[in-house]
Amino acid sequence: MGLVISFWILAAICILAALGVIFLRNVFRAALSLILCFLMVAGLYITLSADFLAAVQILVYVGAISVLIILAIMMTREVQRGSPSNRLQIPAFIVAILLLEVLVLTLLKTPWQIATTPPLAPTTTALATRLFGEGGFILPVEIAAVLILSAILGAIVLAREK
Amino acid sequence: MNLALFIPELALVATAVIVILLDLLTEQKRLLAQVSISGLVVAGGVTVAMWGHNFPTIFNNMLAVDNFALFFKMLFLGVAFLVILSSVDYVIKFARFQGEYYALVLLATLGMMLMAATTNLIAIYIAIELTSISLYALVGFLKDAKSTEASLKYLLLGAVASAVLLYGMALIFGFTGKTNLHDIAQSIQALSPPTLFASPALILGIVLLVAGFGFKIAAVPFQMWVPDVYEGAPTPITAYLSVASKAAGFAIILRVFFSAFGQPDWLSQNWGLIFAGLAVISMTLGNIMAIPQSNIKRLLGYSSIAQAGYLMVGLAALGVSPVGDILGQSGVLFFLASYVFTNMGAFIAVIAISGKLNSDLIDDYAGMGKRAPLLALALTLCLISLIGMPPAAGFMAKFYIFSAAVQHDLLWLVVIAVLNSVISAYYYLRVVKVMWLGQAASQEKVPSSAALRLALVLSCLGVLLLGIIPGYMMRLAELAARIFIP
Repeated sequence: MGLVISFWILAAICILAALGVIFLRNVFRAALSLILCFLMVAGLYITLSADFLAAVQILVYVGAISVLIILAIMMTREVQRGSPSNRLQIPAFIVAILLLEVLVLTLLKTPWQIATTPPLAPTTTALATRLFGEGGFILPVEIAAVLILSAILGAIVLAREK
Repeated sequence: MNLALFIPELALVATAVIVILLDLLTEQKRLLAQVSISGLVVAGGVTVAMWGHNFPTIFNNMLAVDNFALFFKMLFLGVAFLVILSSVDYVIKFARFQGEYYALVLLATLGMMLMAATTNLIAIYIAIELTSISLYALVGFLKDAKSTEASLKYLLLGAVASAVLLYGMALIFGFTGKTNLHDIAQSIQALSPPTLFASPALILGIVLLVAGFGFKIAAVPFQMWVPDVYEGAPTPITAYLSVASKAAGFAIILRVFFSAFGQPDWLSQNWGLIFAGLAVISMTLGNIMAIPQSNIKRLLGYSSIAQAGYLMVGLAALGVSPVGDILGQSGVLFFLASYVFTNMGAFIAVIAISGKLNSDLIDDYAGMGKRAPLLALALTLCLISLIGMPPAAGFMAKFYIFSAAVQHDLLWLVVIAVLNSVISAYYYLRVVKVMWLGQAASQEKVPSSAALRLALVLSCLGVLLLGIIPGYMMRLAELAARIFIP
């Protein structure tokens, strides 16, 4: 029961933080709100028994990505002016509401696959076996390595001086 | 597991790494292109040797080595070969980072080869990302204002498309509990029709997948990136995007929709109708928007949107037809092969002409018939093929696809497609008219390098051969499409 209550509290804060990212005019405050959102998602993972994922979420998103975002904002001029609004605000709002309705209806009406076994704890060993073990997901892991090589090459090329 | 079946992919990764390292050691930059091409030839040779053996899947059912995958791998390797040939003179202008250029082309090719072969949603997603990230960097390679804007636009819209795709995959995984396409098909077929009908998650998942893949093939309404990205990117990369990236998108659509959602019939009829609708708006908007264009790269960009529309006529025919329609499936593959040769040829001619003129404006092509008769002839042949007139490959390609659609009661769609072909003739022939009848600004000849000429001759040969003796390619396409017949 405690898990369920904390899930909903975390989810509510998470959504509020996400709304803050959109509605806060000051880019720096929006970034802080985004970090809060990341942190809440990590909390959600814990309530869903995904302990390893929660740790990765904190390390990568709350730790690394947020520092990166804040550094990028510090190096950008004219942050104080905030993000300009545009004429598409109202259409975008209507589309977003429609999308929300479709997604919520889908979530409620679909007979989902529900696992009958209780969740594993801790998940780290099981994840490692699935990723690297016999009959697992070694191919995506290997492609991800090549993907990172390609991303590094791209970064070098795009960051060069003209 | 037999790692020997993975040699083409391994060869490409190895070549990419060798090219980067060699770039540091040698001053002879042409060597980089030669090494890249030899890597492609090795990979291609092994791929050809694997054809027709019906190997089992490898990596725990994640990577298929069937004829369908091999067909597309050969196509992508061929395109990469032509792209590197046509890049040699273009890349020599860069002072540095030539090795990275070739390596990124090779890695993008690897990503597309994996896209055509993977049979698992997770591997499919990572293969798409590998392709996309390499292409984002290549589009921005010039670092001038237009190229940077193109790269940024492509990156942002591509990231949104990826997110949409992932959401669709998540819904399908949540509904079926499986990520392997074959397992997804089984768990969908195990459900009773009323349960399926009352499951919006499956439908929404399919719609989101169509949107995500639609971005890759540049179908309307997911096409807004096309004109700016095509205009800003280095021209060989524009050619690569318009041909290989699109073919990879179609390969993955064919595999996902046939392997996972091919049965029951009403499901495939529904996605068939989605593709019919997208086909109509893609053809019509692509062709109408192409008419006022004055830049040849933008014109070919809109034309490639329209071509994706014709291809989706084929997909629609496959969706509404009951299983076992070998003609329709091999027709789509044949169209892709002919489109690859045709559009590559057109872009190589553009690279040759624009490289000399330093302009992509159609008006500057005036008098090309006198200044560079062979280039103008090749471009004319390719444009005629894009219209779909004999004796070029485009005629047979449209013939196969449209006749498959007529057989499955999609006459209305074929009528729209034929009307669109007539509209398209207007702007394609305008380029031809400017080239042959326009007054040249100067009488200076337009020379082209040996590598470009070789690439152009190969593409035009492909266009002519597919148009005059389509039987061979059709037989290859039939063998490749056979995996979808249960």
